[in-house]
Amino acid sequence: MDNIISLKGINKIYGSEIKTQVLTDVNLDIANQSFTSIIGASGSGKSTLLNIIGTLDRPTSGSVIINGTQTTRMTRSALARLRNETIGFVFQFHYLLPEFTALENVLMPARIRDGRVTPEAMERARELMRLMGIERVQNNNAAKMSGGQQQRTSIARALINNPRIVLADEPTGNLDSDSTEVVYDILRDINERFKTTFLIITHDRRIAQKADRIIEIRDGRIFLDLPNQLAKNIGEQSA
Amino acid sequence: MKTALKIAWRFLTASKGQSLLIAIGIAVGVSVQVFIGSLIGGLQVELVDNAIGRNTQITITARDRGDYVENYQEVAGTLEEAGLGVKRVSPVLDASGFLRVGQDDYPIQLRGFASSNADSIYRLTEALVSGALPESGQVALGINLAQEAGIEAMDTVTLATPRGNTRDVSVSGIYDLKTAALNSRWVLTDIALVQAAFGYGDVASAIEMQAEDPFQADQIAVEMAGLLPQSLKVDDWKAQNEQLLSGLNGQSVSSLMIQVFVLVSVVLAIASVLAISVMQKSKQLGILKAMGIRDGSASVIFLAEGFLLGIAGAILGVALGLGLTYAFTRFALNPDGTPVVALLVDPQFIAISALVAVLSATLASLIPARRSARLDPMEVIKNG
Repeated sequence: MDNIISLKGINKIYGSEIKTQVLTDVNLDIANQSFTSIIGASGSGKSTLLNIIGTLDRPTSGSVIINGTQTTRMTRSALARLRNETIGFVFQFHYLLPEFTALENVLMPARIRDGRVTPEAMERARELMRLMGIERVQNNNAAKMSGGQQQRTSIARALINNPRIVLADEPTGNLDSDSTEVVYDILRDINERFKTTFLIITHDRRIAQKADRIIEIRDGRIFLDLPNQLAKNIGEQSA
Repeated sequence: MKTALKIAWRFLTASKGQSLLIAIGIAVGVSVQVFIGSLIGGLQVELVDNAIGRNTQITITARDRGDYVENYQEVAGTLEEAGLGVKRVSPVLDASGFLRVGQDDYPIQLRGFASSNADSIYRLTEALVSGALPESGQVALGINLAQEAGIEAMDTVTLATPRGNTRDVSVSGIYDLKTAALNSRWVLTDIALVQAAFGYGDVASAIEMQAEDPFQADQIAVEMAGLLPQSLKVDDWKAQNEQLLSGLNGQSVSSLMIQVFVLVSVVLAIASVLAISVMQKSKQLGILKAMGIRDGSASVIFLAEGFLLGIAGAILGVALGLGLTYAFTRFALNPDGTPVVALLVDPQFIAISALVAVLSATLASLIPARRSARLDPMEVIKNG
């Protein structure tokens, strides 16, 4: 299978006077259409890694290849376009725009891409919101929804432009365990249905085990990288 | 672009109180502009009207002292047809003499006008206190002279020339030109009477006129001098009233200064409020950038906010300024009920004030716009 994300020799150092090395020599390939989870203690560098993959942050050295494109020397405007069309983000905090309704938030990446809301985008937004079970609150102001509804809205927003990659940083960090299960099931479902590649940071090992592959980051290095045979085996046994 | 505008609009309407406050800030600036502009404009017009509007602005006389303008009708006709931008061309024959009342002689300047244009220049009809303007063989006296000599309209008085010739004439009316020097010296009549009484031929001592644009009088005078024979010279009010001119200039400059300072404070106010607004919205901007909005579009959001606030402020400000102006003419009154200053509402000036407000509000938003273009999404999305 092709690699949609390829990291080579990534180092990330913060600060100029007091230097903190957050990532050290990270090499990582993510297969297209895969569902990978990243685990690690807080401060291990996993969020920094995700932000570098998402081109929100630039590595101090090393190269980031997204969908076959070397991103290291791309202009800010080209990166903006890459993010808009190829990558969907789900952050730990929903990061919805409080000035807009749930539906408008979901439509925002499509609006940025097309300069307007096309009927197709509207149709897709409604379908995604139906899928997320939030069609009833679509006209609510983003600030006036429950935490679970907000997070589902932000997932729908990440998917609106049908991105090839979804990067999620503890997307269920603020949800109770039942909601967490539901959200992961939806993400898995989308992964299979739309062939979207998922890269998800989680601290919940139970959830991590639902992924195809688990990567553990410790002190800025890849400490563990294994295909989740256990999950597969369980899946096969129950079938 | 459209997306940026939509976001700008939503940002503005989401915090209505704040937006309204900024718009009111701009509006106050604009209204002060409109009001001060109308006030100073009105003052200027009134002053110009009083000082030079009721007077000759360009005067043709013979170059040599003691000489007269002989073919004055012809010259007047030429000037009216030459398209120089002059109006109310009025030949006049001035002569110094005396008004004899009983045993007393009062020194006077007898002004014989050849045309009713003189009435338009000096607004004589308006100035009449009693009686009428002089017909052939009649004179009109100034109010100061009439009071001093105890004369009323329809009385008969005696004119005496320096050579001792006398002539009885009837007084058609009394005028008040609001200047004591003129009211006590000028005796108005028609040119034929002066010519006959003083034994002149068919001559005038000067041709007086006004310019369509009084402030062009000096240029018109130069042009006119080129058309006229060498024996005549042309004077204009500007050359003769430097003090007045510098006063008028001073007023224009001070008005401009006030407006510039108002403008500067409006620009600073908008820039600082929008700069704070960028900080407030930095989280939203970071999210939008993560979702792929371009730096350019991100800056358009704030330019559009400045532009929209400018428009709202300008509309509000013009309304407020006109309201203030109206209130001023309504409530700041002289004892006789006329406004202290008749304000000049100049639509062009108001349009320019409004336009300048919109432009400066947009300009003020440039700084926050640049800042928002440079904002890095990572400044907002740091959670691991």
